[in-house]
Amino acid sequence: MLSKRNKEALFNPLSKENPVLVQILGICSTLAVTVSLEPAIVMSISVIAVLALSNVIISLIRNTIPTSIRIIVQLVVVAALVIIVQQFLIAFDYDVSKQLSVFIGLIITNCILMGRLEAFALNNSPWPSFLDGIGNGLGYGIILVIVAFFRELLGSGTILGFKVIPQWCYDHGYMDNGLMILPPMALITVACIIWVHRARNTDLQETSN
Amino acid sequence: MNKNSNTYQILYAAVMVVLVGTALAFIYMSLKPRQDENIANDKRRQILSAVHVTVPEDSIRDAYKQYITAGMVVDQQGEPVDTTLEAAFAVDMSKENKLPADQRKRPVFVGTMTDGSTKYIIPVYGAGLWGPIWGYIALNDDGNTIYGANFSHQGETPGLGARITEDAFQQEFVDKRLYKNDQFLSVEIVKQGQKPTNDADYVDAISGATITSRGVGSMMHSGLELYDGFLKKLQNNNTNNQ
Repeated sequence: MLSKRNKEALFNPLSKENPVLVQILGICSTLAVTVSLEPAIVMSISVIAVLALSNVIISLIRNTIPTSIRIIVQLVVVAALVIIVQQFLIAFDYDVSKQLSVFIGLIITNCILMGRLEAFALNNSPWPSFLDGIGNGLGYGIILVIVAFFRELLGSGTILGFKVIPQWCYDHGYMDNGLMILPPMALITVACIIWVHRARNTDLQETSN
Repeated sequence: MNKNSNTYQILYAAVMVVLVGTALAFIYMSLKPRQDENIANDKRRQILSAVHVTVPEDSIRDAYKQYITAGMVVDQQGEPVDTTLEAAFAVDMSKENKLPADQRKRPVFVGTMTDGSTKYIIPVYGAGLWGPIWGYIALNDDGNTIYGANFSHQGETPGLGARITEDAFQQEFVDKRLYKNDQFLSVEIVKQGQKPTNDADYVDAISGATITSRGVGSMMHSGLELYDGFLKKLQNNNTNNQ
């Protein structure tokens, strides 16, 4: 079930091959949906689901896809899955679907998806492709959740909508940092995470020459 | 079979599109009743919010029944053409917005508050920066003073235009007047520190969201102007009663 290669497909994207931190993919949605934790979590779950399923589907039909239209086939599969996710959200979690609005649709253009389909699913059997999808989705989701955690905590003083910064802090002059809610701070937060990550993984650091 | 022949490619694409299309249509149809219910419930929430009633998700229906006691559709002169709440609720403002003024349906929701006062809730519809914006304006029974307002949008920029949905912005409209000396002026939305050129009541625009703010202003002006007949009647009734 989990050979060495499969384990790599599942766990490498969490750190050493993280799509956001190392490959700098999927940044657009990292900026957009991380103002608070709840949409970030739903977005992560949606991306994991779409990525794993589209990896499996493409992997299953990989031997039938004509090479010259493979990108179109990938797009159709991803777009169909995204629409399904969107419809389910409208039916079962309307508030979140309103918050995510266009970003769910934009999963289609999330570079991580096409990247994984091209680089992995087209050349591998369904089970490793599924693990690769889960791994990359998780790698993306972890970063999304970390960024959203800090932005919601520092920007609104809440976690998942619950006040966590006690009232006496505000009474003594503490203020929520409104800047954290604006998109640029997501970029800076991601940069800080990359900084910490590179500092701990010296082999990822580029040499200057 | 040659995978790169034209026939194979065309057949492949055609079969794929038919399969995917069928699957999506099936999913859409089976989820539609639930989605419609959610959308209707969200509309109820927005209407309630215009009269400062906020309740948890699962009690929206009950609160709506309790507070929104009547509804009607009025014509250009303010005469009711339909006096059921269902008719008012069923009007699709995005479609009405495209019709010429004299053909439009003008829905009005009547709210009865716990203190016994009557509020008239008028839906408005307009354009923001990226897509449609809409709102519900609740007026006191003098047909002039705003009791509350609720705005929604489809895809305005988070943190900028999307802030029209925030309480801080919506609260600014409370107690503003639409008419001065029997003249319809609406409520102007101006840059902070500025004043409108006419005598109209005004609120501060959202900084960084000029287009969306302007959109709210023109939506209120053009939307409420349509109810001129209805509002004039309310004003006359009110002065007669005093």
